[in-house]
Amino acid sequence: MTAPLVEVRDLVVRFESGGMLRGPKRVVHAVNGVSFEVFAGETLGLVGESGSGKSTIGRTILKLEQPTAGSVRFAGTDVLALEGRELRALRRRMQIVFQDPYGSLNPRMRIGDSVAEGLEIHQLVPTREIPARVAALLGEVGLDPSYARRYPHEFSGGQRQRIGIARALAVDPGFIVCDEPVSSLDVSIQAQVLNLLADLQRARGLAYLFIAHDLAVVRQLAHRIAVLYFGRIVELADATTIVSAPRHPYTRALLSAVPVADPDRQHARIRAPGEPPKPTAPPPGCPYFSRCDHPEKSPRCTSELPLLRPINGSQAACHYA
Amino acid sequence: MTAPPLLEVRDLRVAFPGERGDGSAHPVDGVSFRIAAGETLALVGESGSGKSLTALALLRLIPPPGRIEPESRILLDGQDLMTLPEEGLRAVRGQRIGIVFQDPMSSLNPVYTAGAQVREAVTAHRTLSAKDAKERAIALLAEAGIPDPAVRYDSYPHELSGGLRQRVLIAIALAGGPDLLIADEPTTALDVTVQAQILELLDRLRESHDMAVLLITHDLGVVAGRADRVAVMYAGQIVEEAETRRLFRSPGHPYTRALFRAIPKLETAERLVPIPGNVPVPGRWPDGCRFHPRCPEVLARCPRDVPPVAEAGPDHRSRCWLVADRGAG
Amino acid sequence: MIGSYGALVLRAWHRPSGRAGVLALAVLSLAALLLPPALPDPAAMPDVLAGALPPSSESWFGTDHLNRDIFSRVMHGGRISLAIAGLAVLLSATLGALVGVVSAWVGGWVDVILMRLVDGALAIPRLFILLLLLVVWEQIPLGALILALGTTGWFATSRLVRAEVLRLREEDFVRAARGLGAGGWRTIVRHLLPNAAGPLLVAATLAVGDVILLEAGLAFLGLGVQPPTPSWGGMVLEARPLILSAPWTALFPGGAILATVLAVNLVGEALQAALDPRSA
Repeated sequence: MTAPLVEVRDLVVRFESGGMLRGPKRVVHAVNGVSFEVFAGETLGLVGESGSGKSTIGRTILKLEQPTAGSVRFAGTDVLALEGRELRALRRRMQIVFQDPYGSLNPRMRIGDSVAEGLEIHQLVPTREIPARVAALLGEVGLDPSYARRYPHEFSGGQRQRIGIARALAVDPGFIVCDEPVSSLDVSIQAQVLNLLADLQRARGLAYLFIAHDLAVVRQLAHRIAVLYFGRIVELADATTIVSAPRHPYTRALLSAVPVADPDRQHARIRAPGEPPKPTAPPPGCPYFSRCDHPEKSPRCTSELPLLRPINGSQAACHYA
Repeated sequence: MTAPPLLEVRDLRVAFPGERGDGSAHPVDGVSFRIAAGETLALVGESGSGKSLTALALLRLIPPPGRIEPESRILLDGQDLMTLPEEGLRAVRGQRIGIVFQDPMSSLNPVYTAGAQVREAVTAHRTLSAKDAKERAIALLAEAGIPDPAVRYDSYPHELSGGLRQRVLIAIALAGGPDLLIADEPTTALDVTVQAQILELLDRLRESHDMAVLLITHDLGVVAGRADRVAVMYAGQIVEEAETRRLFRSPGHPYTRALFRAIPKLETAERLVPIPGNVPVPGRWPDGCRFHPRCPEVLARCPRDVPPVAEAGPDHRSRCWLVADRGAG
Repeated sequence: MIGSYGALVLRAWHRPSGRAGVLALAVLSLAALLLPPALPDPAAMPDVLAGALPPSSESWFGTDHLNRDIFSRVMHGGRISLAIAGLAVLLSATLGALVGVVSAWVGGWVDVILMRLVDGALAIPRLFILLLLLVVWEQIPLGALILALGTTGWFATSRLVRAEVLRLREEDFVRAARGLGAGGWRTIVRHLLPNAAGPLLVAATLAVGDVILLEAGLAFLGLGVQPPTPSWGGMVLEARPLILSAPWTALFPGGAILATVLAVNLVGEALQAALDPRSA
């Protein structure tokens, strides 16, 4: 059993606002105890709707957000304890690709310079070789190397995402957090970028944490999938199992809600009325209780928080799964 | 074809001035379709296809400097909306044609309560006492599936979740009792579980109010379950139009076929087949068939000759040489 | 980086008002910069007793009460006014940007203290301070005047830059830079400042117009730039007794002030419109 590349344990992230003279104190519970592992060369999909905390998790792993509790280890090293030069050295090995192609590139920098930034910061190649390396990276993501001189506004959304991927690849990382990388793209372009990510994973042996709200998209790349609800993982299993034999009521509702592009295979949706609890007011028991359709749900659900436990090859956080 | 359609659009063209004064671009370029009473037509397309502008054009809400070209015809129950003066249009908007916009975040006025905005829509079309108007507004909120509508009446938009805000927008659209509801990407900004709720709500309302629906979306999955007919838009034109089942079973245009291959499906992780290239920009449409630079089934004549709209089957039209040539030969 | 600003300037160029402003400003600046050496000495009084003469082929703008050529004085004065305004705004923009960036980047108590100081400074009328200074220090050298104008004009700018930096910090590309390992210096210089420069540039351009008016107003009160150094405000002051008998003595310097400030404002507005992402 190989050691995991990335190990997240009991991650808790809370945001505080207000207090003192700035209005009532409010605590937003974004992530409520999340643990998982990502192995080298694999993709772990992280699926959740808004308010599930998925983006926060992605950023916290890279120490772009500070967690309230919990640990993140990369190849055995405690990420959250690092500072200064050591942190910078670690940043080379973990990278991130963002959702919004329009905000993820500096509009005042030529894209070649954006891509080269990692190379410069870590002095990975001598200065005179930078243009060649940038050209190679652009080629790797399917862009004409001559584009290096252009500015972001001259490119389409899909192209900008490719540039963002090239920028992440420049430092030769082993792990990339993909934070909703295709959600803002058109369907025909989504497929281009997903294929690119798959090819790069094979060619470079990359591990991905693929964060998205669309299960069908995650399914394309993920080997294993973790389903997030209200800042907790409610189910974790490999991709085929999640899709064909879900255990948690929320996973079932999620699958049932995905629109099916076939008029003859429309099914009755599982009703999951209402919405997730407010992140400022976490309920004591299972956060999914109010929407749950499980026939055996009971008062135990509201008083005792279900923990992730193994059930038939998957892991699910439900008393009755 | 017995009764005249509720809505008939012929040769709709919307012009926007070019960037450097070099002529106009037509992001909507010769769109024609019909919707019968009680029918749901889905208008499917990616960004840049012109579908949202088409919806705005129906209500003559195109923002300047854009304008609808005068040859366009928009016939509502036989009456041409292009010739209607502003007052007549105001009677149409809301009362005969309602619209639910895309982004609930920016479509609601943040400084008014949800209830106030629904009430405003109610009183825009009828004179009612303040009490009656409020009651009607609460009834509409309830119809839109908002729990505790009397309490939510006093909520401000920022206090409501995305799904609730979308329901408020739907309540506003229903206030005038329209015959046609235009839903412009009603679920794009929402989570998948909420999306399903909203789509079901629209289905129920369509039946109970006997409305026709023009559903604008980029998601073919959303279309499959709820539309009677589908029109696929690309580069400002409708490239294929057919009854839903027929479009999914035997798509008659390479773009439609390519879209099906590019969509991620839950059941399989088989490699997707993307459509190469980018969506063309209005004003710089390719010559001949606008899809030809990206078409996997392109013929020699496609870059030169503009394909006509041809019959690909019963009540099934496609703008493609493959179909036109087959019909002729 | 220049290229992306180039796109901005091009967009400003496409608006007719912006184009007019830029052209006018260019003409005025070039004239004020290049012509003076070729013009007669502004202090020269060839025929004092002749007094103010109307515009003629020898003297395009006429002469003032001491028979000094007004065209030459307007151009020389223009040089001085533009130099004062340009340098003062450069100083205030730099100070404002510095304080704004430090305040936003460091945050915490530093931010609170700096911004409260700025609040206090903004409460004191700028004109008041300048009047006090200039009344006490009558023969103020140009350099000191520029310093005075620059150090009293940076407060609002610092708030502007601070707001921009706070906003930009939440942008994904700044996070990406941090993720790549960029340190504070690199983030500020390569990512924050260039993107905050747009609004700063607009504010600075409009400030030039403000300072020209301010300096002319002070000169009109007899403060600041002292004769015989020509200054537009001073020229209008000296023209007061002659307004009815020799209107050209006031018309041309006054018109110069008007034209320059108008041109500067048009350029500033066009830049602002070009910056607005919605007009893209």
